Amino acid sequence: MQETGFRKSVIPVTAVLLAILLVWSIASVLLNTPWQKDIYKRAGTQNVGAVEFVKATMAQERPVLPSPQQVAVEVYNTTVKKKVTSKRSLVYHSKITLSSAMLGFAMGTLLGIVLSVAIVYNRALKKSLMPWIITSQTIPILAIAPMIIVVLNSMGVQGLVPKAFISMYLSFFPIVVGMVKGLNSPDTGHMDLMRTYSASNWQSFWKLRLPSSLPYLFTSMKIAIAISIVGAVVAELPTGAVAGLGARLLAGSYYGQTIQIWSALVMASILAGSLVWIVDIVGRLVTHRMGLNHA
Amino acid sequence: MSESVIQVDNLSLTFQTNDGPVHALSEIDLDIQQGDFVSLIGPSGCGKTTLLRVIADLEKATGGSILVNGVSPAAARLARGYGYVFQAAGLYPWRTIAKNVSLPLEIMGLDRTTRKERVARNLALVNLEGFEKKYPWQLSGGMQQRASIARALAVEPDLLLMDEPFGALDEIVRDHLNEQLLALWGKTNKTVVFVTHSIPEAVYLSTHIVVMSPRPGRIQDIVVSNLPRERTLDIRETPEFLTIANRVREGLRAGHSYDDVES
Repeated sequence: MQETGFRKSVIPVTAVLLAILLVWSIASVLLNTPWQKDIYKRAGTQNVGAVEFVKATMAQERPVLPSPQQVAVEVYNTTVKKKVTSKRSLVYHSKITLSSAMLGFAMGTLLGIVLSVAIVYNRALKKSLMPWIITSQTIPILAIAPMIIVVLNSMGVQGLVPKAFISMYLSFFPIVVGMVKGLNSPDTGHMDLMRTYSASNWQSFWKLRLPSSLPYLFTSMKIAIAISIVGAVVAELPTGAVAGLGARLLAGSYYGQTIQIWSALVMASILAGSLVWIVDIVGRLVTHRMGLNHA
Repeated sequence: MSESVIQVDNLSLTFQTNDGPVHALSEIDLDIQQGDFVSLIGPSGCGKTTLLRVIADLEKATGGSILVNGVSPAAARLARGYGYVFQAAGLYPWRTIAKNVSLPLEIMGLDRTTRKERVARNLALVNLEGFEKKYPWQLSGGMQQRASIARALAVEPDLLLMDEPFGALDEIVRDHLNEQLLALWGKTNKTVVFVTHSIPEAVYLSTHIVVMSPRPGRIQDIVVSNLPRERTLDIRETPEFLTIANRVREGLRAGHSYDDVES
């Protein structure tokens, strides 16, 4: 069972990955061709073989689009081959982004849960709060991030926390939406049962609504943790941060280091992907332990 | 000995819907004594479940009066004066069987020792010893329903309200559970109000059979059973049983003819 499930998921994922790499390679050759022609023209080189030409387009120093292997080599060099304390190590930068993303994710989850409980138990709050929560997500985060950082900075809050605020701003939303649905998910029979016991609001929350909402919470947390990383990276862009994956992206774009930009991007997505995977595993374990997978 | 547990006087309940008012219950008069086993029988839409829900304070009557244990249904509910068994077992999937039975006891704030003792006793009563640590999905439908009966009994109510508890089960399991329920009732002198749409089930179990008819939901006939309190499944073959069953069937038919005239 386990093995076929593993195979079932590995084959399609690998196939898609290979397809992406293929498209990426072709795009990189096509996009780098003009510059490569230019180089040959200036050097007066003629009669370059097709294979040699393609190889050259995939090994430029500052390509328009770096080839997959260039990015892979760069990621390898800046993770495995560098000391983790080095400013050139992607592990070092990832750690900084990760720590603010995690703090933001924790704050966002907490805020989301608190808001959802308030909304579920108070009809007035549901009407008044929900529109504002939705509005908050329509504002482009790139516009609001610098202001949050500046405001917090003037209040003496610096370092990790302002960045975490951006992550929280993005991540509380899926939690609220998921948890409102989750806390309202018990069926009428289960709710009626609580009523026949004359259970207090607190008791029916603790013994019925909260356990019923956990599958919804984990689904929301998968979305929230991924956008927490996005939030942390975005927060590093306008603040002139010197460290973090966002700072690495920014530095790369200043100096036209496309390979560096792309490896930071790849690193961020690996990070987000792993986190989603971890939440998924934890969610499965918890719901399995609660016997909910069989319900 | 005879003392009214449920007194219903000219009770009515009208739901306001977009298609106009729906008369779910109309002119209901009913007096249920301590130790009675009362079945509410009728076609769907006759208000039998609604009446049970009014008794349990899950619905509010819009007219007339009702007393449960001598007080209003709301007060009876707050005093935890009844146990309610739903049509679906409605066990919480994240709780073990023992934990499910213990749920109402936790809410009542009983201490751990009392809870443990009551859970064990009531699981034994429905023949579920040894299944304490199982989760609901590991049990058959019949066993789940027995667990839900144990959960209702654990509250130790004098009044048991049951809404088609065996409706979703097959004939054989249903017969078996009917026997067990009757034995339990014989042992405890509890008052039971039992909703069903099966004539044999109603006649086999009850001391009183309330025949209801729809549109508006009302009582067509109340059949008092002269069968002995102690019964076996064989009693269903006796002439007395068949006489009562016939009278119930006639009551149901009379209720339906009203429908035919109208449509």
